[in-house]
Amino acid sequence: MSEQASRPLFYPLRTPGMWINLAIIAFGLFFAAKRFIFGIGSVTNLSDQYPWGLWIGFDVATGVALAAGGFTSAALVEIFGQKRFHHLLRPALLTAALGYTFVALGLLADLGRYWAIWHPMMPSMWQGNSVLFEVGICVMCYLTVLYVEFAPIVFERLKEKGLGGKVLTWIDSVLAKFLFLFIIAGVVLSCLHQSSLGNLMVIAPSKMHPLWYTRLMPMLFLMSAIAVGFPMIIFESLLASRGFKRPYEMHLLGPLSKIAAGFIALYAIFKIGDLTLRNAWPYAFEASYQAAFFWIEMLPCLILPAFLMGMRRVRQSPRWLFIAAALYVFGVMLNRINVFVIAYRPPYAERAYVPALGEFAITAALIAGLVLCYRLIVTYLPVMPVLEEENR
Amino acid sequence: MLNRRHFLKSLGIGAMAGLIPKTSNSSSTAHESNPDAWGVLVDVSYCVGCRKCEWACHESNELGGAQMSDFENAINIDETRRPDSKNYTVVNGYEACTVGSRDCFVKVQCMHCLDPACVSACIVGALEKNPEGPVSYDADKCIGCRYCMVACPFQIPAYEYDDALAPRVMKCTFCFEQNLKVGKRPACVEICPEGALRFGKREDLIHYAHSRIEKHPDRYYPEVYGEHTVGGTSWLYIAGGSMVEHGLPDLPDQAPPRLTEVVQHGIFKNWVPPLALYAFLGGAMMVNRNGGGEDE
Repeated sequence: MSEQASRPLFYPLRTPGMWINLAIIAFGLFFAAKRFIFGIGSVTNLSDQYPWGLWIGFDVATGVALAAGGFTSAALVEIFGQKRFHHLLRPALLTAALGYTFVALGLLADLGRYWAIWHPMMPSMWQGNSVLFEVGICVMCYLTVLYVEFAPIVFERLKEKGLGGKVLTWIDSVLAKFLFLFIIAGVVLSCLHQSSLGNLMVIAPSKMHPLWYTRLMPMLFLMSAIAVGFPMIIFESLLASRGFKRPYEMHLLGPLSKIAAGFIALYAIFKIGDLTLRNAWPYAFEASYQAAFFWIEMLPCLILPAFLMGMRRVRQSPRWLFIAAALYVFGVMLNRINVFVIAYRPPYAERAYVPALGEFAITAALIAGLVLCYRLIVTYLPVMPVLEEENR
Repeated sequence: MLNRRHFLKSLGIGAMAGLIPKTSNSSSTAHESNPDAWGVLVDVSYCVGCRKCEWACHESNELGGAQMSDFENAINIDETRRPDSKNYTVVNGYEACTVGSRDCFVKVQCMHCLDPACVSACIVGALEKNPEGPVSYDADKCIGCRYCMVACPFQIPAYEYDDALAPRVMKCTFCFEQNLKVGKRPACVEICPEGALRFGKREDLIHYAHSRIEKHPDRYYPEVYGEHTVGGTSWLYIAGGSMVEHGLPDLPDQAPPRLTEVVQHGIFKNWVPPLALYAFLGGAMMVNRNGGGEDE
């Protein structure tokens, strides 16, 4: 890769959007303080009936799914040799690293004994039968891999500024030799925990709505995660280009969306096939809020984007491509929330679970925090690609 | 330049290698039940709903914050109470189980499953199935993820949501530490004045329950709830009617952990699938190292 491939943007930080961001973070921090002083019960609608809510469904499960751009792009470029997409690697890697970091932060709010979060690392407490243990260990390893993969970007900037000296140069060259081991490990770890995340609710068959309960959930989770990787990259790239007043990278995003269309269609076929084999369709026509959520997930957020991305005209239009990518990203988010929240029907529930203001506030603050970190990092570190006209 | 069809095909194979669980001869960790494990048989037809078990449980497990007089109100038949972080057991009332009989009362608590979903779910092994029967909780290990509550088919574990520092999962202990280990029966069994709770070896209780049903077919619905439910439970119920119509959930015989562990151990069978995927991806990387053509 040429040295001038990426550069810090040095785009001004004091924009109205950033102030709104800070306000959202401050609002969420208020509820976070309340949660850590008075307990989970003081800011959430979680109960003995509904032990998991928005924080697990969105902050954790959706966070992990939408960070899939990291391993799918690494597989595409580094493993399957599609080097022309390498400009998309660093932004995708940054999103994944930040995504998983904020998954961990969000988890701290949800864990009753957040200070014991290190327990699963202790061999004396390993519990190999637990699906959550598998998810936890893989996520932890993958987060480490992501930081290792991101380190060269930091080193590059430090060297540019003449810092670190020979030691840094040596570390960087050693890392460069072995980085491929981490890249492959990242893809393996992702396949493992993306699918295991889908295995979590398999243990509660009697509590799950049949529209979502299938023993194939691990496979569907993995397929939808792979499918959402590229749409998430497209979604962010278009958003970033617009925000930073840079040209749209349509020459890359167009071909990428063609691959994405294939993966989305493949997932849709498996999802529909599974529903058909389980004879679950009658539940989709019942008058229930689950059926309503199901149709939103299936039609405008799965079938429609698959068709849209399959169309050449959509792939050539930044506006339409953005709409198609955003629809599917939203669809995967909805799927995770549906599985972990909407489909969960405890036998003795007195009322349905609706997240409390505090839960929304903390979730919003996590998103805003992620955006803020993204902004800071692309401003000061070489993440975004150098444009062709700049190289001339 | 690598052709796209080849790329998609190889990526597809890579994905499949990672997700196909080798379910065939997966090493099942199905619970080998100990023939000497303890159990309790609840004979619903004897219970009068006096709630003394609720009080005794409260005292024995030091749940605090309540007087004996709090447990003297009559049970309201129109209300279904659930165990919570302050009450490990509750008794609910239902209309007559059989024609002509009085209202019936059903005590609810942790069933102490033989192959418990909560134990399989727990990320740190804070929940443990003892060979003696009880499912025990160790708060010192717990990280508070509440996956046990999600997994429990009986919706039993409760949580101390209002404790900011060290909240615990709260559920029936079977009085394991304070009673069973010193040769006493659980507090609820000790206090029951009607003989509705029978403590003993689970295997003996099952024989006894079936002989009761055989002897009094007019009095009992022909089912021992918990004998096979979710792989069997330490607590068993017989009643004049179906337990499913009297507050206990309608569950299959398969233990929930058999659903997840088969996938879990399949994915990690001798570490072969992850290593195979790693090797495959490594191979693909080598093959494609010079593929993809020129940059830009």
